[in-house]
Amino acid sequence: MRRVVVTGLGALTPLGNSVQEYWEGLVAGRSGAAPITKFDATRFRTRFAAEVKGFDPENHMDRKEARKMDPYTHYAMVTAEEAFRDAGLEGLALNGERAGVIWGSGIGGMYTVYHEFKAFFEGDGTPKFNPFFVPKMISDIAAGLLSIRYGFHGPNYTTVSACASSNNAIIDAFNYIRWGVADLFITGGSEAAINEPGVAGFNAMKALSERNDDPSTASRPFDLDRDGFVLGEGGGALILESLDHALARGARIYAEIAGAGLSADAHHITAPHPEGLGATLVMKNALRDSGLGPADIDYINVHGTSTPLGDLSEIKAIQNVFGQDAYQLNVSSTKSMTGHLLGAAGAVEAIASIKAICEGIIPPTINHFTDDPAFDPGINLTFNQAQNRTVRAALSNTFGFGGHNTSVVFKAYRA
Amino acid sequence: MHHLKFLVILRFKLTQNNMSDIASKVRSIIVDKLGVDENEVTPEASFTNDLGADSLDTVELIMEFEKEFNLSIPDDQAENIQTVGQAITYLEANAK
Repeated sequence: MRRVVVTGLGALTPLGNSVQEYWEGLVAGRSGAAPITKFDATRFRTRFAAEVKGFDPENHMDRKEARKMDPYTHYAMVTAEEAFRDAGLEGLALNGERAGVIWGSGIGGMYTVYHEFKAFFEGDGTPKFNPFFVPKMISDIAAGLLSIRYGFHGPNYTTVSACASSNNAIIDAFNYIRWGVADLFITGGSEAAINEPGVAGFNAMKALSERNDDPSTASRPFDLDRDGFVLGEGGGALILESLDHALARGARIYAEIAGAGLSADAHHITAPHPEGLGATLVMKNALRDSGLGPADIDYINVHGTSTPLGDLSEIKAIQNVFGQDAYQLNVSSTKSMTGHLLGAAGAVEAIASIKAICEGIIPPTINHFTDDPAFDPGINLTFNQAQNRTVRAALSNTFGFGGHNTSVVFKAYRA
Repeated sequence: MHHLKFLVILRFKLTQNNMSDIASKVRSIIVDKLGVDENEVTPEASFTNDLGADSLDTVELIMEFEKEFNLSIPDDQAENIQTVGQAITYLEANAK
């Protein structure tokens, strides 16, 4: 099978609107959480979130185009543009038939659905749905629009597996390249669910932190007082290429994808398996696929959402898979800073993992105040401060409601 | 008598305003929805051939006219509204 490398990155996150700003925020240990500005959250249980800030789609496309897209698609178009430019693809004569787009979004156009429904229910029963309602709302439209924008005629679709969505997208793109189906992909994912039904829906499940008096410390994975995740939004884009294709055009290579794993908990719609059964299996599968052993991994960017059960079962799973080697790892949850970008989490965390390899820096798990005795203190959870470390290979986990588990292994590129 | 004359003039002016109001509202809806320049929106300009509208844009335009002028345009009438001028003529004749 062919080798697959990452040659371009793009990010729009609560920490900053480019890969550079995002990474600087991660290394500095900044929180992207703040009171909600997108709607009046006065009567909501949770009144803060990790919003993308200072973003206006009309700075990136004309108003007519912007108006026909849901915010999740704005994030897709803008992050893909950054990645495309970053990869040095602008102006190149690419073979469009060998280039594809696989995008991830857990929810799609929730904002559009909400506002169109609202207008209908507030009316007299006469349907006045906008003709762009359906194409704005469907969660595959970002992939379609990206293919139109770049003239990519290869495989094109969206993956939906809740918070694992963009990892699934990356894994599919990786597979199609290594199997020889295509040479290049725009992949990643985006999500824009900080709106009334998004916040209220997760609130109703008691999934969100309700630390309204101190939003910036609310996402505290592995802390004794963690009380749920912080809703985030944004997008992450990656350009994946076959190694041959990248070398032939003299591309700068960030990292290689060594392998990937997939599994299901087959346990509960939202709760993780208490012993981390699916999480154990997915990391085992990823390691086997990559041909690497536990001792070859230096960093795990965990799913680590800051929920009481999820954090616990994931660390159990790491100990199941890595045994004694778990004590040599750096583990961190960048969701402590970005909040949880749902379907875009896998993409932005892939970028964090790749940058960790390139820069030799482990982004921290911020907001650690009180140890939880449930965690083995021998595991280095990279609390509060970034750590310098040569990262030969990093594993990035994302798990989704429904029990979908995904894990991708990135490694330093060596000719 | 003086009074009445004044009222007649006022009414005439209002009607004039209403007419040009319709045209200018139609133009501004088209500029907004199709993202075109105001000077492209000439009476002869066709939504699809000259102003870059696709079939969905055209449906949206008709819906916007219905909303703005509080009327319902039947499909068989909507099919005949393909230029800026046709839209203005139809709305001037039918808007309340």
